[in-house]
Amino acid sequence: MKKKPKDKPLDVRYTLFLGCTVPVRAANYEVSARKVAERLDIHLADIPEFSCCGYPVKSVDHYAYLLMAARNLALAEEKGLPLCTLCSACCGSLTEANHQLREDAALRRRVNDDLFRWLGKKYEGGVRVTHFIRVLQEDVGEKRIAAEIQADLSSLHLAPHYGCHYTKPTAIYENAEDPENPTSLDKLIEVSGAKSVSYENKLQCCGGGVLAIDEGVSLAMAGSKLDHVRARQADAMVLLCPFCNIMYEANQKKIEKVQGKEYKLPVLFYPQLLGLAMGMEPDELGIKMNRVKPTELLKKINRRAA
Amino acid sequence: MVASMIDSKDLDPDFRLLIAREPGGDHITRCFSCGTCTAGCPVRDVTDRYNPRKIIRMAILGMKKEVLSSQFIWLCSSCYTCHERCPQDVKIPELMNAIRNIAVREGYVPSSVKATLDLLSNLGRLLEVTEFENDKRKEMNLPPVQEKTGDVKIILEKLGFHREEKTEG
Repeated sequence: MKKKPKDKPLDVRYTLFLGCTVPVRAANYEVSARKVAERLDIHLADIPEFSCCGYPVKSVDHYAYLLMAARNLALAEEKGLPLCTLCSACCGSLTEANHQLREDAALRRRVNDDLFRWLGKKYEGGVRVTHFIRVLQEDVGEKRIAAEIQADLSSLHLAPHYGCHYTKPTAIYENAEDPENPTSLDKLIEVSGAKSVSYENKLQCCGGGVLAIDEGVSLAMAGSKLDHVRARQADAMVLLCPFCNIMYEANQKKIEKVQGKEYKLPVLFYPQLLGLAMGMEPDELGIKMNRVKPTELLKKINRRAA
Repeated sequence: MVASMIDSKDLDPDFRLLIAREPGGDHITRCFSCGTCTAGCPVRDVTDRYNPRKIIRMAILGMKKEVLSSQFIWLCSSCYTCHERCPQDVKIPELMNAIRNIAVREGYVPSSVKATLDLLSNLGRLLEVTEFENDKRKEMNLPPVQEKTGDVKIILEKLGFHREEKTEG
């Protein structure tokens, strides 16, 4: 077993923003994220009063969206911590609202007047927003992660799914990476020891954004990606957004039924993969909750390596 | 989509200005109809009912009622592919939201959007967290989540989006 690096301990602290989907539909994502966070000295504080990020009301009323986002940001500000999300849509929504509130003083005043009158809250613009996977990539870094790898995943071929709101719109993410050719998740997969495989239409949207409006369209979008991933015979898809997971994993049976096909494609949240690479037990990482059982994939992992 | 002849008497030339005043709608008049948005659109890839270039063209022409009452404005998945590629920085996903915001005010609200507003008003979230979920969370050593977040209801009520106050659209 490898020892922890002798670098000074990290002091990485965030509040963990769960959003709507994670606590109810993706507890396996949350459990595994907290496990790997603990191992990597990432401290996650909880605020039970966080609500929906506001994203779903953007299409109804932009101002209502800003108020909902600002209320969540105000809670993080009271705690004095930056905020990280597990859901990419939450990350996009809170980052964008943050930008608008920071840049437009008149808008911030209006939002704060209402927040204070109605809820006794105020947001000064002091919270940094990011995604948990960016914390792994940027705050922890590949080197520290690599030092924690204990199992041999070298026979796994995994298809990364970046989703949309993890990289776009680039203006709000200060151009964190090229939206047409992102590499961060590929690199994080490679750090785990597994191989990242490329596939047709790798950057395609999961279709989750229109699931409630038109299920047929949404499932067709997700199905097309499942086809492309299957064509490369990947052992699993790896992703970082609970809503993408709903499309590819929870709805996989439905897509199979509509299209008269069988995929049986396991889908892992990146922290589940990382946890396995760190030698954790599948049960610790909520893998029992995965709907498509990654039984074959688990057999390919050599747990006593290194 | 409408296939009949367009009569200029039915057009509202101010529609695009109305859109341009909405948050996210301000770049609509920059569009020169190149179609880059539509060429890379993953929704357009699976259905021809969604065509962002056509929607923007209709909006600029002033086909207000056709645009606002249509289902197609709700089909953008907000993937931001076009947003990144648009040579005129029209910010199409934000533009679609600007148009949707106007549609909602004019009473055109899809049933799934009404359902979303109900859930957010009642729960503060899209999915319900009950004692059952919190018990399961406890078993998994996860911290509890507040079951109902009433602040969201207050926000939606104050802004007139709490459903009891809304007429059917």
